[in-house]
Amino acid sequence: MKKRIISLFFCIIVLLPALAGCHGAREQNSFVIPDEFDTSRNYEITFWAKNDTNMAQVETYEKAMEEFHALYPNITVTMRPFTDYGKLYNEVITNISTQTTPNVCITYPDHIATYLTGENTVVPLDDLMADKAYGLGGSEVKFDAPTVEEIIPQFLAEGIIGGQQYALPYMRSTEACYINKTYVEKLGYTVPDVLTWDFIWEVSAAAAEKAEDGTYLVNGQKVMIPFIYKSTDNMMIQMLRQKNAGYSTDAGEILIFNDTTEEILLDVADAVSKGAFSTFKISSYPANFLNAGQCVFAIDSTAGATWMGSGAPLMDISEEAVVEFETVVRMIPQYDPDNPVMISQGPSVCIFNKEDPQEILASWLFVQYLLTDDIQISYAQTEGYVPVTSKALENPVYQDYLSRKGEEHPKKFYYETKIEATELLLDNIENTFVTPVFNGSTSLRNAAGQLIEDVTKSVRRKKTIDDAYFETLYADTTSLYRLDQHSESSAEQADLGPLPTTAVVLLSSLAGAWVLIILYVCIQKINAKKLSGIS
Amino acid sequence: MKKILAILMALACLFAFAACTNDDVQDETDAATDAATDAATDAATDAATEEATEEATEEATEATVEDPSVKSEGVMTYAEYAAAELDTEVTIEAYVQAKQGWWEKEGQGVATIYTQDADGAYFLYEMPISEEDYNKLVDGAKIRVKGYKAEWMGEVEIIDATYEILEGNYVAEALDVTAKLGTDELIANQNMFVAFKGMTVVASTDANGNEAAFLYGWDGSGSQGSDLYFNVSIGDQVYNFTVESYLCGADTDVYKAVEALTIGDVIDMEGFLYWYDGVNPHITSVTAAAAE
Repeated sequence: MKKRIISLFFCIIVLLPALAGCHGAREQNSFVIPDEFDTSRNYEITFWAKNDTNMAQVETYEKAMEEFHALYPNITVTMRPFTDYGKLYNEVITNISTQTTPNVCITYPDHIATYLTGENTVVPLDDLMADKAYGLGGSEVKFDAPTVEEIIPQFLAEGIIGGQQYALPYMRSTEACYINKTYVEKLGYTVPDVLTWDFIWEVSAAAAEKAEDGTYLVNGQKVMIPFIYKSTDNMMIQMLRQKNAGYSTDAGEILIFNDTTEEILLDVADAVSKGAFSTFKISSYPANFLNAGQCVFAIDSTAGATWMGSGAPLMDISEEAVVEFETVVRMIPQYDPDNPVMISQGPSVCIFNKEDPQEILASWLFVQYLLTDDIQISYAQTEGYVPVTSKALENPVYQDYLSRKGEEHPKKFYYETKIEATELLLDNIENTFVTPVFNGSTSLRNAAGQLIEDVTKSVRRKKTIDDAYFETLYADTTSLYRLDQHSESSAEQADLGPLPTTAVVLLSSLAGAWVLIILYVCIQKINAKKLSGIS
Repeated sequence: MKKILAILMALACLFAFAACTNDDVQDETDAATDAATDAATDAATDAATEEATEEATEEATEATVEDPSVKSEGVMTYAEYAAAELDTEVTIEAYVQAKQGWWEKEGQGVATIYTQDADGAYFLYEMPISEEDYNKLVDGAKIRVKGYKAEWMGEVEIIDATYEILEGNYVAEALDVTAKLGTDELIANQNMFVAFKGMTVVASTDANGNEAAFLYGWDGSGSQGSDLYFNVSIGDQVYNFTVESYLCGADTDVYKAVEALTIGDVIDMEGFLYWYDGVNPHITSVTAAAAE
């Protein structure tokens, strides 16, 4: 009997590696944190970064790479700069299929949801963050990295997809309304502390009034677009949110085609028909019109603040085209001024999976370096960005920067509009929101903006906006953005179809082995009983 | 019995291991098959594309020389197009002079194309087009386009367009507009294939105040592969010209020629008379100025 038990035990021991081996085959590409970072080897880390066509941002990245290399001489980071999130996203998609993704990438969580359709494409960061040696503020990290508690919780939560942390925030911004206060007052209005949509539509319509000679009364020029919105996707998303109307569920169910959307689009159509509203895609950068005295309300990111105003440090129009006026910054218009709501946006950072765990660890160390105070503060100062750690926010250097708002500087480093835009987000972190992230959320976001673009173009083209128009618009938008085709949740398991033959053979073999084991045990027991009966 | 069972169990284990191993092999096989299929598809596509391009070129060359001013019924003349209001529907016939790269936008192929007839030029912005048709649009190919006239920072273009490829061929000669620089006449030639003669490279200044003959990106914040910006002067007027990377990438002669410029060089250029808050040509060739 003892021999039989030992035989059975050995059979199980023999089978266990088979089971474990099969498990290993499925998970072979998932990342496991090495016990120790191997500093005897050299690592080449590629970093795809986005900048807002802003040299100071490129220089901050370069500074981060140099300082990091000084700390870790065996890690060399090379950067590929992009000036457009869309191009960066397309490049990553192309490189996923050829397994030539960068190591570290600036990105949006929406984009990561698409990257995740490839198996183990993006490294989950939960374990890395918590690692005692190499995690956030870990004992073996050679610089003063923030702890997880020091990352602003709202910003950190934006990188969670399907219950796992796939991105860390790098910088945060929101949208702001940059206002030509001079023109608002010339039109007989006063800029309120909190703009409402009614106010902005009314003043914009007033600003669209023309003189008999065809010039606009408010500016005496032949061009005036009173209200220009840069990102119409954000416009629709925020308006819907302010009205507590449907956009999508967390699981990815599309809710955008509702009555409130239609009401919003009718307001847009009305403003366009009065010559009071246009968009970046149709007309051009809001800053260019604002600075030329051809716009009253320009809504753009707080990360675009250095372009806004007749004294802006960055300018995209000729000097002679710039008109002097007083600029003020307000939060985006609200439907309920007592309960303001605005979007949280800005670059996040993710790590792409590689065969070599040591390479991933090297990437992770660089990501942490991007969150150190010096880098956070330097980058935030380039635009109306907000650092993502409480540590950087409370740093005396950053506090000193904020306190010097409007101070003279040869490079307009303390440009008032820029710091006001930063303060806008700092004062409203609790009022920000993000949209649900799922496979298809990027398409839904684009569709949201396209609804406004299409209505605007249609009115300009003298088309009738009625029920039939909306029916066609919604059908075309659904079709173009494939809103009826995506899975409801990236976390939800899709139907993967029938098992492959190899899997069937494997599972059958395992089942067969277990049947034989049980059969063997049963036969042995029967034999044992028989023998005991005979004896 | 024991022996039989032992053999069966051993076989089961063997199958289990084999299946595990086979899974990896299958993965590799799948990958290899995919790679081979991709390669074969790419090769086939490349071959088909080359064939189509060659055929199109041959057809275009063989086509009877026609008057590029003549329009089909219901098609606008250039003068009618120029007079049309913004945001109105326009239908034009023109000949492809150059094109920016084809790409997929929201799953739909689009391309930006420079077209021209004998009287003027039309800039087709992000026109939805299949990659197959895009490859047929070689220089000189004739195309009928229906879309909406629009303007973006002074650049007049046709957007939301549909197209039909026609028989016909016309490649425009570069029109020398050097003398028109700084005059109100220049805009009448917007988007045309033009030439600039004997202009001098002057310094561009990046965001940090450093001077250079050209910049990667408008303020120097780009890198190789980005659009190139450089300043050229004639008389006391300075103009900012661009090598648009989607039209002429880093591997093209013009891109390399601009990277090799030094301040003070006197150059001749050809390109398309693009507009961005004033004239901002997309340059396609740069050569040392011909000696007078």
